[in-house]
Amino acid sequence: MTPPPAGRPVASTSRPGADWRKRAEIAVLSGPAIIVFLTFVIAPVGMAAYYGFFRWKGFGPPTDFAGLRNYVTILTDPTFHAAVGHNFVILFFSLVLQGPIAILFALLMNQKIRGRSVIRMLIFVPYVISEVIVGTGWSLMMADTGALNTLLAKLGLSNLQQSWLADPDIAMGTLMLILTWKYVGFAVILMLAGLQSIPEELYEAAAIDGASFWQQQFRITLPLLGPTIRIWAFLSIIGALQLFDLVNIIWGQYVASTAGTSTMATYMYLNGHMAGNYGYGSAVAVVLFLISLTVALVYQRFVLRRDTDGALTGASGRKGKKK
Amino acid sequence: MTASVTLPAGLPPAAPGTYEVRGSKKFGWGSPVTYLIALVLIVACVSPVLYIILGGFRTNSQITADPSGFPSPWVFSNYTEVLASPSFWIAMKNSTISALGTTVGVVVLGVMASYVIARYQFKGKGAMYSLFAAGLMFPMTVAITPLYLMVRTLGLTNSLAGIILPQIAFALPTTVIILVPFLRAIPKELEEAASIDGASRLGFFWRMVIPLSLPGVITTGILAFIGAWNGYMLPLFILSDPETFTLPLGVANFASQYSVDTARVLAFTSLSMIPALIFFSLFEKRIVGGLTGAIKG
Repeated sequence: MTPPPAGRPVASTSRPGADWRKRAEIAVLSGPAIIVFLTFVIAPVGMAAYYGFFRWKGFGPPTDFAGLRNYVTILTDPTFHAAVGHNFVILFFSLVLQGPIAILFALLMNQKIRGRSVIRMLIFVPYVISEVIVGTGWSLMMADTGALNTLLAKLGLSNLQQSWLADPDIAMGTLMLILTWKYVGFAVILMLAGLQSIPEELYEAAAIDGASFWQQQFRITLPLLGPTIRIWAFLSIIGALQLFDLVNIIWGQYVASTAGTSTMATYMYLNGHMAGNYGYGSAVAVVLFLISLTVALVYQRFVLRRDTDGALTGASGRKGKKK
Repeated sequence: MTASVTLPAGLPPAAPGTYEVRGSKKFGWGSPVTYLIALVLIVACVSPVLYIILGGFRTNSQITADPSGFPSPWVFSNYTEVLASPSFWIAMKNSTISALGTTVGVVVLGVMASYVIARYQFKGKGAMYSLFAAGLMFPMTVAITPLYLMVRTLGLTNSLAGIILPQIAFALPTTVIILVPFLRAIPKELEEAASIDGASRLGFFWRMVIPLSLPGVITTGILAFIGAWNGYMLPLFILSDPETFTLPLGVANFASQYSVDTARVLAFTSLSMIPALIFFSLFEKRIVGGLTGAIKG
């Protein structure tokens, strides 16, 4: 073993066998994580790609090779088309509703007001409680004879009563309301973390220059919050495409498609796991994965690239604007 | 690879738990508009939860007669009956084991792997980071059907290990992404000083790295705990024996079993959210503090 060349900044070197020892440390430290990760995350996705080509009930090795038939069935199934459409509606409205609300919340919670820590805690409550609890509670509230409709009647607004969960024209709106309520807290956490990294001096300088509160937010906060917003949007997009829990709990597997809230994931659960068609379910998983991957890659290519082009271009860009 | 670019690494984390106050001094203390907005927000966020909790204090006939009313009189029997039922405590025990097991596993495996990525020079280091970061692209929904088959092959269905191991695996990407910048920010000089004092790299790891990266470790631990505590999809696929149910499955099962007994369902539901709420309220500041280090860019 040759010792590393002088001047290379490695702490413990120049002992024979140090290199071997280093390798052993790397293997011991990272090995367990890699094994668990490959076994339970990467391998299943590979298995799905394989099983997707079979008609298979999940017992014994898959033998009934079906070629691309599963995929043809999926791609020509109008129920699946509807589910994909719902996913994209959810994606769009998640961004449009949660983003602005979260930024406003974060700005508000970054203010010096009394009871700030209590306010912060309470706003995170929906994010912390589980989807099952959210789903159970909201489905009771939004039921036809539930709290919302009776409340409307009490207020003399009976004509606003709706079949919130069952009416296909309204159910998606109800879902978006519940999703916004549930996940806006997560966006707020990220935005708050992003706000912490904006240097205080910028606001002081702007205040000296006579910038108003809102000018400061639009000229300083929003641009500098850009990277955080783009990361949040990325996570939100992935989440919207994978949505399962809330829909499955509130609408059940069967009603979701008639109420117009089914998603790709509930379609997969119903037609794969519940029907015992594991080959077909795996194929749906592959399609779901490819759709998510495509969206994510496009997003990274066109949106996140700004953040990864390197600090150099970012800095020169900013300098250029200042003139 | 794909997701590796989302989080710039190598920036020193901000001091955790510090909240500096930003924004206009004019709108600072006591602007009534700010308080009004805050009040509206709080009511919007909390009232559905209050509905669940208060509903548990009512009888079914009260709820049927007026779903949006207050308890009158207050009834405690729903809560006491749930607290006396073994199924609640079984689910509570299973959830605790699952969440603690996942948290410990994620933190131990995550810190070790992140340490390697952050502080060792070796070929394939970038690939290792990308591998974990790419995990963000493989959410559980995509993998769940084959994951179920994998767990079944390993003979782990209807056991808590069958949900803990996948939960660890799926929490690793976030953990690595949050921890690597923390570990990288520990000054090289510290490591050199420790080495001069005769500490091995592993000694340095235990004595310096673990304490210094604690804020990040706590953040990832909390996120893993809450994720495991609230997890629904994985237990739904893996666990079918009520003896192994975690709280979310317990709630869903209870809700379908006693669908007529709305009041008891609400009581069961409110009791099951208490632990996560307490846990979060204890550590809420740490979460924002820990993310600040990872998200900066």
